[in-house]
Amino acid sequence: MSLDKVRIGFIPLVDAAVPIVAAEVGFGAAEGLEIELTREVSWANIRDRLTLGHFDAAHLLAPMAIATTLGLNTIRTPLVAPITLGLNGNAVTLAPRLHDEVMERMEDGADLADPRATGAAFAAVVRARRAHGDEPPTLGMTFPFSTHNYQLRLWLAAAGLRPDEDVRLAVVPPPYMVDALVNAHVEGFCVGAPWNSVAVELGLGRILHLGVDLVRRCPEKVLAMRGSFLERGDLVARLVRACAAAARWLDDRQNHGEAAAILAARERLDAPVEIIRRTFDGRLPTGWRDVVRTSDRYILFAREDASRPDPRHAQWLFGEMVRWGQTSSDPEAERAAVAVYRPDLYDAALGRPSESLRTGDPLGLAFS
Amino acid sequence: MPDRPSTDRPIKIVIIDESPVRSAILEDGLREAGHASIIRISDRANLLERIYAIDPDVILIDLANPSRDVLEQMFQVSRAVKRPVGMFVDQSDAASIEAAIDAGVSAYVVDGLRKERVKPILDTMVSRFHAFSRLRAELDQAKSQLEERKLVDRAKGVLMRQKKIGEEQAYALLRTVAMNEKKKISEIAQSVITAAELLK
Repeated sequence: MSLDKVRIGFIPLVDAAVPIVAAEVGFGAAEGLEIELTREVSWANIRDRLTLGHFDAAHLLAPMAIATTLGLNTIRTPLVAPITLGLNGNAVTLAPRLHDEVMERMEDGADLADPRATGAAFAAVVRARRAHGDEPPTLGMTFPFSTHNYQLRLWLAAAGLRPDEDVRLAVVPPPYMVDALVNAHVEGFCVGAPWNSVAVELGLGRILHLGVDLVRRCPEKVLAMRGSFLERGDLVARLVRACAAAARWLDDRQNHGEAAAILAARERLDAPVEIIRRTFDGRLPTGWRDVVRTSDRYILFAREDASRPDPRHAQWLFGEMVRWGQTSSDPEAERAAVAVYRPDLYDAALGRPSESLRTGDPLGLAFS
Repeated sequence: MPDRPSTDRPIKIVIIDESPVRSAILEDGLREAGHASIIRISDRANLLERIYAIDPDVILIDLANPSRDVLEQMFQVSRAVKRPVGMFVDQSDAASIEAAIDAGVSAYVVDGLRKERVKPILDTMVSRFHAFSRLRAELDQAKSQLEERKLVDRAKGVLMRQKKIGEEQAYALLRTVAMNEKKKISEIAQSVITAAELLK
Protein backbone atom coordinates (compact mmCIF):
# COMPACT_ATOMS: atom_id res chain seq x y z
CA MET A 1 0.00 0.00 0.00
CA SER A 2 1.41 3.37 -0.89
CA LEU A 3 1.36 6.02 1.81
CA ASP A 4 -0.15 9.47 1.45
CA LYS A 5 2.46 12.13 1.98
CA VAL A 6 1.79 14.89 4.51
CA ARG A 7 4.30 17.73 4.86
CA ILE A 8 4.59 19.28 8.32
CA GLY A 9 6.77 22.22 9.39
CA PHE A 10 8.03 22.61 12.95
CA ILE A 11 10.16 24.82 15.18
CA PRO A 12 12.72 23.05 17.42
CA LEU A 13 10.78 22.79 20.69
CA VAL A 14 9.73 19.87 22.89
CA ASP A 15 6.10 20.57 22.06
CA ALA A 16 6.82 19.63 18.44
CA ALA A 17 7.08 16.09 19.83
CA VAL A 18 3.64 14.94 18.66
CA PRO A 19 4.20 15.26 14.89
CA ILE A 20 7.84 14.13 15.25
CA VAL A 21 6.83 10.98 17.13
CA ALA A 22 3.92 10.38 14.77
CA ALA A 23 6.44 10.42 11.91
CA GLU A 24 9.19 8.38 13.58
CA VAL A 25 7.47 5.85 15.84
CA GLY A 26 5.09 4.65 13.17
CA PHE A 27 1.78 6.22 14.17
CA GLY A 28 1.62 8.02 10.83
CA ALA A 29 2.38 4.85 8.87
CA ALA A 30 -0.33 3.01 10.83
CA GLU A 31 -2.79 5.51 9.34
CA GLY A 32 -1.30 5.15 5.87
CA LEU A 33 0.60 8.44 6.09
CA GLU A 34 4.16 9.32 5.24
CA ILE A 35 4.87 12.37 7.40
CA GLU A 36 7.64 14.55 5.98
CA LEU A 37 9.01 16.93 8.61
CA THR A 38 10.75 20.23 7.88
CA ARG A 39 12.56 22.17 10.58
CA GLU A 40 12.04 25.91 10.20
CA VAL A 41 13.91 28.87 11.67
CA SER A 42 11.07 31.32 12.19
CA TRP A 43 7.36 31.28 12.98
CA ALA A 44 6.83 33.73 10.11
CA ASN A 45 8.31 31.17 7.68
CA ILE A 46 6.06 28.43 9.05
CA ARG A 47 3.01 30.63 8.67
CA ASP A 48 3.86 31.71 5.13
CA ARG A 49 4.79 28.22 3.97
CA LEU A 50 1.58 26.83 5.47
CA THR A 51 -0.61 29.48 3.86
CA LEU A 52 1.15 29.05 0.49
CA GLY A 53 0.71 25.29 0.62
CA HIS A 54 4.39 24.30 0.96
CA PHE A 55 3.25 22.58 4.16
CA ASP A 56 0.01 20.65 4.60
CA ALA A 57 0.05 21.20 8.35
CA ALA A 58 2.25 22.96 10.88
CA HIS A 59 3.33 23.07 14.50
CA LEU A 60 2.02 26.56 15.14
CA LEU A 61 1.54 28.95 18.06
CA ALA A 62 -2.18 28.84 18.85
CA PRO A 63 -2.53 32.65 18.84
CA MET A 64 -0.71 32.79 15.50
CA ALA A 65 -3.26 30.41 13.96
CA ILE A 66 -5.95 32.84 15.11
CA ALA A 67 -4.04 35.94 13.93
CA THR A 68 -3.52 34.37 10.48
CA THR A 69 -7.21 33.52 10.24
CA LEU A 70 -8.07 37.13 11.07
CA GLY A 71 -5.41 38.52 8.70
CA LEU A 72 -3.57 40.40 11.46
CA ASN A 73 -0.25 41.59 10.00
CA THR A 74 -0.36 38.98 7.28
CA ILE A 75 -2.38 37.82 4.31
CA ARG A 76 -5.68 36.58 5.70
CA THR A 77 -5.89 32.80 5.41
CA PRO A 78 -8.50 30.80 7.32
CA LEU A 79 -6.77 28.10 9.38
CA VAL A 80 -8.22 25.29 11.46
CA ALA A 81 -6.83 23.35 14.41
CA PRO A 82 -8.39 19.87 14.60
CA ILE A 83 -6.01 18.83 17.40
CA THR A 84 -3.76 20.65 19.85
CA LEU A 85 -0.17 19.53 20.30
CA GLY A 86 -0.28 19.89 24.07
CA LEU A 87 -0.74 22.31 26.92
CA ASN A 88 1.92 24.12 29.02
CA GLY A 89 5.69 23.61 28.76
CA ASN A 90 6.89 27.21 29.14
CA ALA A 91 9.02 28.73 31.87
CA VAL A 92 10.29 32.18 32.82
CA THR A 93 14.07 32.37 33.17
CA LEU A 94 16.19 35.28 34.38
CA ALA A 95 19.90 35.99 34.08
CA PRO A 96 21.67 35.31 37.41
CA ARG A 97 22.22 39.00 38.17
CA LEU A 98 18.58 39.97 37.66
CA HIS A 99 17.47 36.83 39.51
CA ASP A 100 19.64 37.87 42.47
CA GLU A 101 18.08 41.33 42.44
CA VAL A 102 14.58 39.80 42.50
CA MET A 103 15.46 37.31 45.25
CA GLU A 104 16.88 40.10 47.42
CA ARG A 105 13.55 41.85 47.31
CA MET A 106 11.39 38.80 48.09
CA GLU A 107 9.63 38.98 51.41
CA ASP A 108 10.79 36.54 54.08
CA GLY A 109 9.04 33.22 53.85
CA ALA A 110 7.40 34.07 50.50
CA ASP A 111 6.51 31.15 48.24
CA LEU A 112 8.96 31.19 45.35
CA ALA A 113 6.36 29.61 43.06
CA ASP A 114 3.85 32.38 43.81
CA PRO A 115 3.86 34.79 40.84
CA ARG A 116 2.40 37.56 43.03
CA ALA A 117 5.40 37.39 45.32
CA THR A 118 7.97 37.30 42.51
CA GLY A 119 6.00 39.94 40.57
CA ALA A 120 6.10 42.36 43.50
CA ALA A 121 9.87 41.81 43.88
CA PHE A 122 10.43 42.23 40.13
CA ALA A 123 8.39 45.47 40.14
CA ALA A 124 10.58 46.74 42.97
CA VAL A 125 13.68 46.02 40.84
CA VAL A 126 12.19 47.91 37.90
CA ARG A 127 11.35 50.92 40.12
CA ALA A 128 14.82 50.91 41.69
CA ARG A 129 16.44 50.95 38.25
CA ARG A 130 14.23 53.80 37.14
CA ALA A 131 15.12 55.76 40.28
CA HIS A 132 18.79 55.32 39.36
CA GLY A 133 18.12 56.42 35.81
CA ASP A 134 19.03 52.93 34.54
CA GLU A 135 17.53 51.14 31.55
CA PRO A 136 14.49 48.92 32.22
CA PRO A 137 15.01 45.16 31.87
CA THR A 138 14.46 43.64 28.43
CA LEU A 139 12.66 40.29 28.45
CA GLY A 140 12.57 37.95 25.47
CA MET A 141 9.49 36.20 24.12
CA THR A 142 8.98 34.14 21.00
CA PHE A 143 6.49 36.11 18.93
CA PRO A 144 3.95 38.91 19.38
CA PHE A 145 1.12 36.36 18.92
CA SER A 146 2.38 33.87 21.48
CA THR A 147 1.37 32.67 24.92
CA HIS A 148 4.90 33.57 26.04
CA ASN A 149 4.11 37.19 25.33
CA TYR A 150 0.75 36.93 27.13
CA GLN A 151 2.14 34.99 30.12
CA LEU A 152 4.83 37.61 30.71
CA ARG A 153 2.23 40.36 30.37
CA LEU A 154 -0.12 38.67 32.85
CA TRP A 155 2.69 38.42 35.38
CA LEU A 156 3.89 42.01 34.85
CA ALA A 157 0.41 43.54 34.83
CA ALA A 158 -0.61 41.72 38.04
CA ALA A 159 2.45 43.32 39.67
CA GLY A 160 1.24 46.76 38.61
CA LEU A 161 3.71 47.17 35.74
CA ARG A 162 2.77 48.39 32.26
CA PRO A 163 4.32 45.81 29.91
CA ASP A 164 4.71 48.25 27.01
CA GLU A 165 6.26 51.04 29.05
CA ASP A 166 7.92 49.80 32.22
CA VAL A 167 9.89 46.97 30.61
CA ARG A 168 10.92 46.03 27.09
CA LEU A 169 9.57 42.88 25.49
CA ALA A 170 11.68 41.69 22.56
CA VAL A 171 11.00 38.89 20.11
CA VAL A 172 13.74 36.24 20.02
CA PRO A 173 13.30 32.90 18.16
CA PRO A 174 13.37 29.99 20.67
CA PRO A 175 16.72 28.42 19.70
CA TYR A 176 18.39 31.85 19.99
CA MET A 177 17.07 32.72 23.46
CA VAL A 178 20.20 31.45 25.19
CA ASP A 179 22.43 33.41 22.77
CA ALA A 180 20.40 36.52 23.55
CA LEU A 181 21.19 36.04 27.27
CA VAL A 182 24.89 35.57 26.50
CA ASN A 183 25.19 38.79 24.53
CA ALA A 184 22.98 40.63 27.06
CA HIS A 185 20.36 41.48 24.46
CA VAL A 186 17.82 40.23 27.05
CA GLU A 187 18.02 39.76 30.83
CA GLY A 188 15.38 37.07 30.93
CA PHE A 189 12.74 35.40 28.83
CA CYS A 190 9.66 33.26 28.60
CA VAL A 191 10.13 30.36 26.20
CA GLY A 192 9.10 26.73 25.74
CA ALA A 193 11.14 23.66 26.60
CA PRO A 194 13.97 22.81 26.39
CA TRP A 195 15.49 26.30 26.09
CA ASN A 196 15.02 27.30 29.76
CA SER A 197 16.86 24.18 30.91
CA VAL A 198 19.58 24.75 28.31
CA ALA A 199 20.21 28.20 29.86
CA VAL A 200 20.22 26.67 33.36
CA GLU A 201 22.64 23.94 32.33
CA LEU A 202 25.09 26.50 30.92
CA GLY A 203 24.87 28.57 34.11
CA LEU A 204 23.48 31.50 32.10
CA GLY A 205 19.96 31.59 33.50
CA ARG A 206 17.80 30.54 36.41
CA ILE A 207 14.22 29.37 36.14
CA LEU A 208 11.99 31.75 38.09
CA HIS A 209 8.62 30.26 37.14
CA LEU A 210 7.20 27.28 35.40
CA GLY A 211 4.44 28.31 33.01
CA VAL A 212 1.94 26.40 35.19
CA ASP A 213 2.58 28.88 38.03
CA LEU A 214 0.90 31.52 35.85
CA VAL A 215 -1.68 29.50 33.89
CA ARG A 216 -2.46 25.95 34.92
CA ARG A 217 -3.86 24.89 31.54
CA CYS A 218 -2.21 27.15 29.03
CA PRO A 219 -2.95 26.65 25.33
CA GLU A 220 0.31 26.32 23.46
CA LYS A 221 0.84 24.88 19.97
CA VAL A 222 -1.80 23.49 17.65
CA LEU A 223 -1.58 21.41 14.52
CA ALA A 224 -2.77 24.04 12.08
CA MET A 225 -3.88 23.52 8.51
CA ARG A 226 -5.60 25.58 5.85
CA GLY A 227 -9.37 25.38 5.88
CA SER A 228 -9.20 24.08 2.30
CA PHE A 229 -7.21 21.05 3.52
CA LEU A 230 -10.44 19.70 5.00
CA GLU A 231 -11.51 18.88 1.45
CA ARG A 232 -8.82 16.22 1.24
CA GLY A 233 -11.14 13.38 2.20
CA ASP A 234 -10.26 11.43 5.32
CA LEU A 235 -6.66 12.70 5.39
CA VAL A 236 -7.41 15.07 8.27
CA ALA A 237 -9.03 12.35 10.39
CA ARG A 238 -6.10 10.02 9.79
CA LEU A 239 -3.61 12.73 10.70
CA VAL A 240 -5.56 13.56 13.87
CA ARG A 241 -5.61 9.88 14.88
CA ALA A 242 -1.85 9.53 14.24
CA CYS A 243 -1.14 12.61 16.35
CA ALA A 244 -3.53 11.56 19.14
CA ALA A 245 -1.79 8.16 19.31
CA ALA A 246 1.62 9.88 19.41
CA ALA A 247 0.43 12.12 22.25
CA ARG A 248 -0.73 9.10 24.30
CA TRP A 249 2.60 7.39 23.64
CA LEU A 250 4.46 10.52 24.82
CA ASP A 251 2.57 10.58 28.11
CA ASP A 252 3.68 7.03 28.95
CA ARG A 253 6.62 7.28 31.34
CA GLN A 254 8.19 4.16 29.81
CA ASN A 255 8.67 6.01 26.52
CA HIS A 256 10.31 9.15 27.90
CA GLY A 257 13.87 7.96 27.27
CA GLU A 258 13.15 7.04 23.67
CA ALA A 259 11.16 10.23 23.09
CA ALA A 260 14.02 12.38 24.43
CA ALA A 261 16.50 10.56 22.18
CA ILE A 262 14.32 11.09 19.10
CA LEU A 263 13.92 14.80 19.79
CA ALA A 264 17.62 15.34 20.59
CA ALA A 265 18.72 14.49 17.03
CA ARG A 266 20.52 17.15 15.03
CA GLU A 267 17.76 17.55 12.47
CA ARG A 268 15.13 17.82 15.23
CA LEU A 269 15.93 19.92 18.33
CA ASP A 270 19.71 19.48 18.31
CA ALA A 271 19.83 19.69 22.12
CA PRO A 272 21.18 17.30 24.80
CA VAL A 273 19.01 14.23 25.55
CA GLU A 274 19.24 14.67 29.33
CA ILE A 275 17.94 18.23 29.18
CA ILE A 276 15.01 17.27 26.96
CA ARG A 277 14.25 14.42 29.34
CA ARG A 278 13.71 16.90 32.21
CA THR A 279 10.69 18.30 30.38
CA PHE A 280 9.01 14.91 30.07
CA ASP A 281 9.77 14.05 33.69
CA GLY A 282 8.55 17.44 34.95
CA ARG A 283 11.65 17.75 37.08
CA LEU A 284 13.61 20.94 36.46
CA PRO A 285 16.69 22.17 38.32
CA THR A 286 16.25 25.95 38.50
CA GLY A 287 19.96 26.76 38.61
CA TRP A 288 19.46 28.64 41.89
CA ARG A 289 21.01 26.98 44.93
CA ASP A 290 19.73 23.39 44.91
CA VAL A 291 16.16 24.26 44.11
CA VAL A 292 14.51 21.75 41.77
CA ARG A 293 10.98 22.47 40.57
CA THR A 294 8.76 19.47 39.97
CA SER A 295 5.35 19.41 38.36
CA ASP A 296 3.48 16.53 36.80
CA ARG A 297 1.71 19.10 34.62
CA TYR A 298 4.78 20.95 33.35
CA ILE A 299 3.84 19.70 29.89
CA LEU A 300 0.66 17.83 28.97
CA PHE A 301 0.35 15.93 25.70
CA ALA A 302 -2.73 13.68 25.99
CA ARG A 303 -3.45 13.66 29.71
CA GLU A 304 -6.37 15.71 31.00
CA ASP A 305 -7.81 15.74 27.49
CA ALA A 306 -5.02 18.09 26.43
CA SER A 307 -5.16 17.07 22.75
CA ARG A 308 -8.78 18.04 22.28
CA PRO A 309 -9.09 21.65 21.08
CA ASP A 310 -11.06 23.67 23.65
CA PRO A 311 -12.69 26.69 21.95
CA ARG A 312 -12.63 28.52 25.29
CA HIS A 313 -8.85 28.63 24.91
CA ALA A 314 -9.23 30.35 21.53
CA GLN A 315 -11.67 32.77 23.11
CA TRP A 316 -9.19 33.61 25.88
CA LEU A 317 -6.39 34.13 23.35
CA PHE A 318 -8.56 36.48 21.31
CA GLY A 319 -9.28 38.38 24.54
CA GLU A 320 -5.55 38.76 25.17
CA MET A 321 -5.04 40.08 21.64
CA VAL A 322 -7.68 42.71 22.30
CA ARG A 323 -6.36 43.51 25.78
CA TRP A 324 -2.87 44.22 24.46
CA GLY A 325 -3.98 46.26 21.46
CA GLN A 326 -3.14 43.70 18.76
CA THR A 327 -6.67 43.84 17.39
CA SER A 328 -9.93 45.53 18.26
CA SER A 329 -12.87 44.01 20.03
CA ASP A 330 -15.30 42.79 17.41
CA PRO A 331 -17.91 40.04 17.85
CA GLU A 332 -17.50 38.77 14.31
CA ALA A 333 -13.71 38.52 14.63
CA GLU A 334 -14.17 36.78 17.98
CA ARG A 335 -16.47 34.19 16.38
CA ALA A 336 -13.90 33.58 13.62
CA ALA A 337 -11.14 33.24 16.24
CA VAL A 338 -13.08 30.70 18.29
CA ALA A 339 -13.98 28.74 15.15
CA VAL A 340 -10.27 28.02 14.50
CA TYR A 341 -10.46 25.41 17.27
CA ARG A 342 -12.33 22.39 15.91
CA PRO A 343 -13.18 19.85 18.63
CA ASP A 344 -15.82 18.48 16.24
CA LEU A 345 -13.11 17.29 13.84
CA TYR A 346 -11.18 15.79 16.74
CA ASP A 347 -14.21 13.93 18.09
CA ALA A 348 -15.20 12.70 14.63
CA ALA A 349 -11.68 11.40 13.91
CA LEU A 350 -11.52 9.50 17.17
CA GLY A 351 -15.09 8.28 16.99
CA ARG A 352 -16.04 10.04 20.20
CA PRO A 353 -19.52 11.36 20.82
CA SER A 354 -19.49 15.10 20.25
CA GLU A 355 -19.96 17.16 23.36
CA SER A 356 -21.40 20.58 23.01
CA LEU A 357 -20.46 22.11 26.32
CA ARG A 358 -17.65 21.65 28.78
CA THR A 359 -17.74 22.80 32.34
CA GLY A 360 -14.98 23.66 34.75
CA ASP A 361 -12.21 26.23 34.52
CA PRO A 362 -10.49 25.78 31.15
CA LEU A 363 -7.40 27.81 32.05
CA GLY A 364 -6.63 28.09 35.75
CA LEU A 365 -5.22 31.61 35.70
CA ALA A 366 -3.08 32.60 38.68
CA PHE A 367 -4.62 36.07 38.52
CA SER A 368 -8.29 36.53 37.84
CA MET B 1 0.16 61.79 10.00
CA PRO B 2 3.17 59.57 9.60
CA ASP B 3 5.89 60.75 7.33
CA ARG B 4 5.13 59.05 4.04
CA PRO B 5 7.61 58.76 1.23
CA SER B 6 6.74 61.05 -1.64
CA THR B 7 7.21 60.12 -5.25
CA ASP B 8 10.43 62.10 -5.52
CA ARG B 9 12.16 60.96 -2.37
CA PRO B 10 14.50 58.01 -2.88
CA ILE B 11 13.32 54.78 -1.33
CA LYS B 12 15.50 53.74 1.56
CA ILE B 13 16.14 49.99 1.44
CA VAL B 14 17.63 47.74 4.12
CA ILE B 15 18.95 44.29 3.16
CA ILE B 16 19.25 41.80 6.02
CA ASP B 17 21.21 38.78 4.89
CA GLU B 18 23.89 36.75 6.64
CA SER B 19 25.35 35.84 3.23
CA PRO B 20 27.57 38.78 2.23
CA VAL B 21 27.87 37.55 -1.35
CA ARG B 22 24.14 37.29 -1.86
CA SER B 23 23.40 40.66 -0.32
CA ALA B 24 26.10 42.23 -2.53
CA ILE B 25 24.46 40.68 -5.59
CA LEU B 26 21.09 42.05 -4.49
CA GLU B 27 22.52 45.49 -3.75
CA ASP B 28 24.11 45.54 -7.20
CA GLY B 29 20.81 44.76 -8.83
CA LEU B 30 19.01 47.47 -6.90
CA ARG B 31 21.68 50.05 -7.74
CA GLU B 32 21.40 49.14 -11.42
CA ALA B 33 17.69 49.78 -11.10
CA GLY B 34 18.49 53.27 -9.84
CA HIS B 35 18.24 52.82 -6.08
CA ALA B 36 21.07 54.56 -4.27
CA SER B 37 19.94 54.43 -0.68
CA ILE B 38 20.77 50.87 0.39
CA ILE B 39 22.05 49.65 3.74
CA ARG B 40 23.18 46.08 4.35
CA ILE B 41 22.95 44.39 7.76
CA SER B 42 24.65 41.02 8.21
CA ASP B 43 24.55 40.41 11.98
CA ARG B 44 21.73 40.08 14.49
CA ALA B 45 22.80 42.43 17.26
CA ASN B 46 20.20 45.05 18.25
CA LEU B 47 18.43 44.61 14.96
CA LEU B 48 15.23 46.50 15.75
CA GLU B 49 17.02 49.47 17.28
CA ARG B 50 19.22 49.76 14.20
CA ILE B 51 16.24 49.53 11.88
CA TYR B 52 14.37 52.20 13.80
CA ALA B 53 17.45 54.43 13.56
CA ILE B 54 17.73 53.86 9.79
CA ASP B 55 13.95 54.28 9.33
CA PRO B 56 13.78 52.40 6.00
CA ASP B 57 10.90 52.25 3.54
CA VAL B 58 11.58 48.68 2.49
CA ILE B 59 13.28 45.80 4.33
CA LEU B 60 14.41 42.69 2.45
CA ILE B 61 15.34 39.60 4.48
CA ASP B 62 16.42 36.08 3.53
CA LEU B 63 14.19 33.27 4.81
CA ALA B 64 16.99 31.30 6.43
CA ASN B 65 17.36 34.22 8.80
CA PRO B 66 15.71 33.69 12.20
CA SER B 67 15.57 37.47 12.61
CA ARG B 68 12.43 37.42 10.50
CA ASP B 69 10.35 36.94 13.64
CA VAL B 70 12.13 39.90 15.22
CA LEU B 71 10.98 42.05 12.29
CA GLU B 72 7.38 40.92 12.73
CA GLN B 73 7.40 42.73 16.06
CA MET B 74 7.51 45.98 14.08
CA PHE B 75 3.86 45.47 13.27
CA GLN B 76 2.97 45.84 16.91
CA VAL B 77 1.80 49.10 18.35
CA SER B 78 4.79 50.44 20.21
CA ARG B 79 6.11 53.82 21.12
CA ALA B 80 9.34 52.86 19.37
CA VAL B 81 7.64 52.65 15.98
CA LYS B 82 7.74 55.84 14.01
CA ARG B 83 5.89 54.60 11.00
CA PRO B 84 3.55 51.67 10.51
CA VAL B 85 5.10 48.78 8.65
CA GLY B 86 3.06 46.44 6.53
CA MET B 87 4.06 43.29 4.79
CA PHE B 88 4.55 43.34 1.05
CA VAL B 89 2.10 45.24 -0.99
CA ASP B 90 -1.42 44.25 -0.20
CA GLN B 91 -3.78 41.36 0.25
CA SER B 92 -4.38 41.13 -3.51
CA ASP B 93 -0.74 40.57 -4.35
CA ALA B 94 -0.41 36.96 -3.22
CA ALA B 95 1.50 36.07 -6.40
CA SER B 96 4.47 38.29 -5.59
CA ILE B 97 4.58 36.92 -2.04
CA GLU B 98 4.64 33.40 -3.40
CA ALA B 99 7.41 34.25 -5.87
CA ALA B 100 9.48 35.73 -3.06
CA ILE B 101 8.99 32.84 -0.63
CA ASP B 102 9.85 30.39 -3.42
CA ALA B 103 13.07 32.32 -4.04
CA GLY B 104 13.88 32.22 -0.32
CA VAL B 105 13.34 35.86 0.59
CA SER B 106 10.74 38.09 2.16
CA ALA B 107 10.03 41.81 2.16
CA TYR B 108 8.51 44.31 4.56
CA VAL B 109 7.25 47.56 3.16
CA VAL B 110 6.24 50.69 4.99
CA ASP B 111 2.57 51.61 4.78
CA GLY B 112 1.66 54.14 2.14
CA LEU B 113 4.40 53.31 -0.35
CA ARG B 114 2.76 52.99 -3.75
CA LYS B 115 2.54 49.53 -5.26
CA GLU B 116 4.11 50.55 -8.57
CA ARG B 117 7.17 51.82 -6.74
CA VAL B 118 7.56 48.62 -4.69
CA LYS B 119 6.93 46.05 -7.42
CA PRO B 120 10.22 46.61 -9.33
CA ILE B 121 12.15 46.29 -6.07
CA LEU B 122 10.48 42.98 -5.29
CA ASP B 123 11.08 41.76 -8.86
CA THR B 124 14.77 42.61 -8.60
CA MET B 125 14.95 40.89 -5.23
CA VAL B 126 13.40 37.67 -6.55
CA SER B 127 15.50 37.55 -9.73
CA ARG B 128 18.75 38.24 -7.83
CA PHE B 129 17.99 35.55 -5.26
CA HIS B 130 17.37 33.06 -8.07
CA ALA B 131 20.61 34.18 -9.74
CA PHE B 132 22.47 33.58 -6.50
CA SER B 133 20.99 30.07 -6.15
CA ARG B 134 22.08 29.24 -9.71
CA LEU B 135 25.54 30.63 -9.03
CA ARG B 136 25.86 28.53 -5.91
CA ALA B 137 24.66 25.40 -7.68
CA GLU B 138 27.24 25.97 -10.43
CA LEU B 139 29.96 26.54 -7.86
CA ASP B 140 29.02 23.35 -6.01
CA GLN B 141 29.08 21.44 -9.26
CA ALA B 142 32.50 22.82 -10.24
CA LYS B 143 33.81 21.92 -6.79
CA SER B 144 32.56 18.36 -6.96
CA GLN B 145 33.94 17.96 -10.49
CA LEU B 146 37.33 19.04 -9.24
CA GLU B 147 37.12 16.57 -6.34
CA GLU B 148 36.16 13.78 -8.73
CA ARG B 149 39.08 14.53 -11.01
CA LYS B 150 41.47 14.40 -8.07
CA LEU B 151 40.07 10.99 -7.05
CA VAL B 152 40.41 9.62 -10.58
CA ASP B 153 44.01 10.89 -10.80
CA ARG B 154 44.91 9.19 -7.52
CA ALA B 155 43.25 5.91 -8.56
CA LYS B 156 45.08 6.02 -11.88
CA GLY B 157 48.36 6.37 -9.99
CA VAL B 158 47.54 3.33 -7.85
CA LEU B 159 46.70 1.21 -10.89
CA MET B 160 49.77 2.35 -12.81
CA ARG B 161 52.03 1.33 -9.92
CA GLN B 162 50.32 -1.93 -9.04
CA LYS B 163 49.65 -3.21 -12.53
CA LYS B 164 52.61 -1.56 -14.19
CA ILE B 165 50.47 -0.04 -16.91
CA GLY B 166 50.36 3.34 -18.56
CA GLU B 167 48.08 6.24 -17.69
CA GLU B 168 45.73 5.75 -20.61
CA GLN B 169 45.32 2.06 -19.83
CA ALA B 170 44.66 2.84 -16.18
CA TYR B 171 41.94 5.30 -17.15
CA ALA B 172 40.41 2.84 -19.63
CA LEU B 173 40.32 0.21 -16.89
CA LEU B 174 38.48 2.51 -14.49
CA ARG B 175 36.01 3.47 -17.19
CA THR B 176 35.30 -0.12 -18.20
CA VAL B 177 34.64 -1.20 -14.61
CA ALA B 178 32.43 1.83 -14.06
CA MET B 179 30.39 0.99 -17.17
CA ASN B 180 30.08 -2.66 -16.25
CA GLU B 181 28.97 -1.89 -12.70
CA LYS B 182 26.78 1.04 -13.80
CA LYS B 183 28.57 3.36 -11.39
CA LYS B 184 30.28 6.71 -11.68
CA ILE B 185 33.95 6.58 -12.52
CA SER B 186 34.69 8.60 -9.36
CA GLU B 187 33.00 5.91 -7.24
CA ILE B 188 35.18 3.20 -8.75
CA ALA B 189 38.21 5.45 -8.23
CA GLN B 190 37.24 5.82 -4.57
CA SER B 191 37.01 2.00 -4.20
CA VAL B 192 40.44 1.56 -5.78
CA ILE B 193 41.94 4.12 -3.38
CA THR B 194 40.21 2.54 -0.36
CA ALA B 195 41.37 -0.95 -1.38
CA ALA B 196 44.95 0.30 -1.84
CA GLU B 197 44.85 1.88 1.64
CA LEU B 198 43.63 -1.39 3.17
CA LEU B 199 46.27 -3.47 1.41
CA LYS B 200 49.13 -1.16 2.30
